[in-house]
Parts: sequence; C-alpha cells; structure tokens
Amino acid sequence: MFIILLALGIVSLAAGSVYINPGQILMSFTDIFTGRYSLSAQDELIIFSVRLPRIIFAGIVGASLSLSGVVFQALLRNPLADPYVLGISGGSALGAIIGILIGAGSFYLGVPLLAFFGALATVFLVFIVAGGGRGPLLDNSLLLSGVVVNAFFSAAILFFLSIVNSMELHSITFWLMGDLSRASVKEVWIAAACLIGGFIFLYLQARKLNLFVQGDETARQLGVNVDRSKQGLLIITSLITAVAVSLSGIIGFVGIIVPHMMRLLFGSDHRLLLPAAALFGAAFLVAADTIARIILAPSELPVGVITALCGAPYFIFLLKRKSN
Amino acid sequence: MPLICGQNINFCYDEKPVLNDLSFTVEEGQVVAVIGPNGSGKTTLLKIINGILFPDTGRMLIDGKETNQWRRREIAKTVAIVPQETPSIFSFYAEEIVLMGRFPHLSNFTFENMQDYRIVREAMEKTDTLALASRRFDELSTGERQRVLIARALAQEPKILLLDESTVFLDLKHQVQFLSLLRQLNKEQNLTVIFVTHDINLASQHADRIILLYCGKNYAIGNPAEVITAVNIKEVYDVDVLVDRNPQTGLPRMTLLT
Repeated sequence: MFIILLALGIVSLAAGSVYINPGQILMSFTDIFTGRYSLSAQDELIIFSVRLPRIIFAGIVGASLSLSGVVFQALLRNPLADPYVLGISGGSALGAIIGILIGAGSFYLGVPLLAFFGALATVFLVFIVAGGGRGPLLDNSLLLSGVVVNAFFSAAILFFLSIVNSMELHSITFWLMGDLSRASVKEVWIAAACLIGGFIFLYLQARKLNLFVQGDETARQLGVNVDRSKQGLLIITSLITAVAVSLSGIIGFVGIIVPHMMRLLFGSDHRLLLPAAALFGAAFLVAADTIARIILAPSELPVGVITALCGAPYFIFLLKRKSN
Repeated sequence: MPLICGQNINFCYDEKPVLNDLSFTVEEGQVVAVIGPNGSGKTTLLKIINGILFPDTGRMLIDGKETNQWRRREIAKTVAIVPQETPSIFSFYAEEIVLMGRFPHLSNFTFENMQDYRIVREAMEKTDTLALASRRFDELSTGERQRVLIARALAQEPKILLLDESTVFLDLKHQVQFLSLLRQLNKEQNLTVIFVTHDINLASQHADRIILLYCGKNYAIGNPAEVITAVNIKEVYDVDVLVDRNPQTGLPRMTLLT
C-alpha cells in the first residue's frame, strides 16, 4: 500500500500541463547527495515548489478524511457517517465563505482559520442539538442533528452565494467543490503535524474502536469508559477533519468510500483498518488530484468533482458485488 | 463477606420502576438462577450486577466495593456477561470477537501476547468454537454466535459469570456440553455463576440457589426445593403446575397442567 502511494506520487509529479520525465525526477532526488543537476531549473521549480507540496497536501487531506470516516462510522455505528454527513464539512465551508466575504483572505491563514472555527463550532452545535454534554450520547440523534445542522448550513451557504459578486463567487465555488491548489508549504506542515498526532492517538484506541462497533453496552461491559472515550475520540477526529477541510474545501466521498473499501479488503479490525484507510485515502486523493490537474490541462478541475465522479459508481459496484 | 451483595436496590427506566427494594447476596462459588415472568427485571438485575446500570437508591457491592466505585477495566476483569444478542454493523471474524474479551487485561500501548492468544484458544476449545474461528460472526447461526459470546466471556477470565438466557438457542448437545463446562469451571476455578432463564426445570437442576423475581422484588430466594413450589409458581406466573421430584436427582421437577 505504501509502495502504491509512493509510485502514485512519482507519476503525479511527472504528470501535468508540463510533462517531466519520471526517471529524471527520481534522479533529482539523489542530486542532493551527488551534487549533479538532473533537471532544468524550470522543471525543478515546478516539481519542488508547486507539485510536491500539493501532492503531499493531497495525501494528507485524503488520509485525514479517510481516518475521520473510519472513526465516525465506528463510533456512531452507522456506515453512512462521515465528516460531510455530520455537518462538519458544511460548517467549515460556511466559516470559509464568511471569511472570503469579509476579506479575511488578505490575512495570512485568514480563511482557513475561519473555516477551522466553523468546523469546531459545528461539532459543538451538533453535540448540543443531539443533547450531548448531559446524558449519554445517542448515536442516531447525533447523526440526525448533523443532518439538520448541515441542511441549515446549506441554506446559509446558498444565501451567501446569491448575494456575492462574480469574482468571489468563483473562489467560493472552487472551495465548495474541494480545491488543493492553494496549498503552501507552511500549511502542509501544520496539516501533517495534526494528522500524525491524530493518527497516533487514534491508533492507540484501535482496540476500543473495535468494541464500540459491538455497541456501547458491550464496550462498557468489556471495560471501556464509554462516554469519556467517545468524547475524546470525537474531539480528536473532529480536529483532524477540521484541519483537512479548512485547508482544502469540501471533498466528498473520500470519508465514506475509502473506509468501506478497506473493510471489504482487510476486515473490520481497526488495528489494520486505520493505517490501511490512511494510506489508501492518501493514494486515492493523490490520484484524483492528478486526474483533476491533467484532464483539462492547462486549466484544472476541482478535485471534489473527480472524487464524486469516480467514487459514486465504484461505491455502487462494491455494494452490488457484496450483495451477490 | 459475600462476593455479590445487593442492598435495597431501586431502579427505574425513566418513570417506570423496574426493581423495587431488592436485596440479595451470592457467595463465591455459588451457581444461582434468576427466574421470573417477562418484565420482572431479570436482565436489568444482571446489568446492575455488571455495573452497566447503577441503582437509583440502594447499594450494589461486588467484592465489598460499590459498582460505581470500580474502574470499568477492573470490573470487566471480575465480572463477564454473555448477552442475549449483540448487534454488530461491520462484520468481524469469530476469533476477533473472542479476542475482544482480552481488552480489560491489556493496556492501550500493548499488543496481545502469546498468553492472550492461548487463553482465547482455550476458551474457544471449551465452547467448541475453534472450527468457527475464521468465519464471519454475523454469518453464524444464532446458537453458534451464542457460543462465541460465551467464549468471549471466558476469555475475560472473570470470577463472576452472568448469563442472560444463554442456553435458549443451543441445541441439546451444546446445551449439555455448556452446562457441564459451567459445572467444571465452578468446581475447578470456583467460578460464581448467575444465570437468567425461563426454563424452570433447568434452574432447578443446575442452580444451588434460585431467585424468583416478581414485579422487581425477590418473591422467593433459596434452594430449588424452597422456591420451586406449585404455590409460588401459581402466584407469580398465574399457571397451574405439578411439582414432583426428578427421579434421578431428587430435585423439584415442574410439569405444566393444561
């Protein structure tokens, strides 16, 4: 899986509106040690300043969304749960749009920060609507309140869309469909740190996640402090999601499809499922983003279009095959 | 000090009272049956002993310590329950389900070691589920699932085993096998067993003591000969029965009169 991811990364580096020989790219990685120059200065700029950060960024976002999907599905015991259904993506989008409208884009990280707070606020809102805080967290009410909050945000987003001018509209639309093109090196570092920290935390709870799938009561009976563990897991997972969404916009289907594919391939044990989903999610989004970059070269598609276009049919195919 | 001690337990679901001033004790190494009509609070009682639910008033003591004072992981090493049915949305292999029984014994930072796998293997041998190990849990029959859940409870290595109608779905052979396994664990490891059942004859033949629940109260508590009487059954279940002696064991035997 890791090798697939690496190979995809190389292909993705090579492909684009300017084609660069993959062999030369591989050589260029050893340049630091050999002191030679395998690439022209222009190619080198394209590779290391534009494509490489973007590919790494795509990988991080893909891994984050897939991990979140796995955890949400386990915690809520619902195969349809993912950051999008729970309204976290929508809240993040609303935050970003407000950011774009009030001109936060002129500050460093202005829009992503607002998107991040939008995501966090949504998590709290969803919890409060679901009656969290006091009493046990009920799975279905959490999912339902996610749907309700999401519907409200959609309405708010549509409202804003109808009052903005066309310049802002373009930027917002791109954001709503998921856009990896604005990644800067610094943002990539932030997202990477959150992902790695989050992954370690989640992996330590992998066995607990297995128990949660068996139901809260079974988990409690087998020795899990259910409400506290659940809160911790939800907060960390929301953080990972919020970081990913706030930097990339809404990229649908990754959080739902990747976990299911990995479950079909590797089974439901989270100790295998979490790393598999992270790696495959990364590879999936790198591939999708590469396609998004080259299909209409030299212009680009938002990556969300590709994930939805490939994701939906594949999902149906998987469901059909499973039922046969 | 008795191993399990309930003192004046009251418990309500929302407004509906389920257990009503219930007191009982179970000594270590006893096999106790809980019987009673539908809705008399049998399953609720098991959950309270297990510390999944807590009494509204009154005290539930395990090993002299109230259940709400126990850490979840610690109580899971002492008390295991075999539930009637566990709904699981994603499918796990039977062996993975049994391995979950080791959870309370492991910290978040460790993997299962050889000893854990050995315990899981033994639990599956005892319950005749080794052949099911690599099958998917949700594709097993109800009786097979029940045996896997029994194996999971054994893998917890508890001092107290709670069974909620665990024999209902077992065929005759596995029922006999399971009952003799319980007896063996009870003798060799001094395992304390509390089982809920609707089968009054099963309770009479296999329990040292019987708790007869009626409207959340212990209507009668004592050895089978004391509890299984035609008068008690008529009073609690409102059916006429004949109670005589099992010719082999001399224990009370109930026959429905219709």
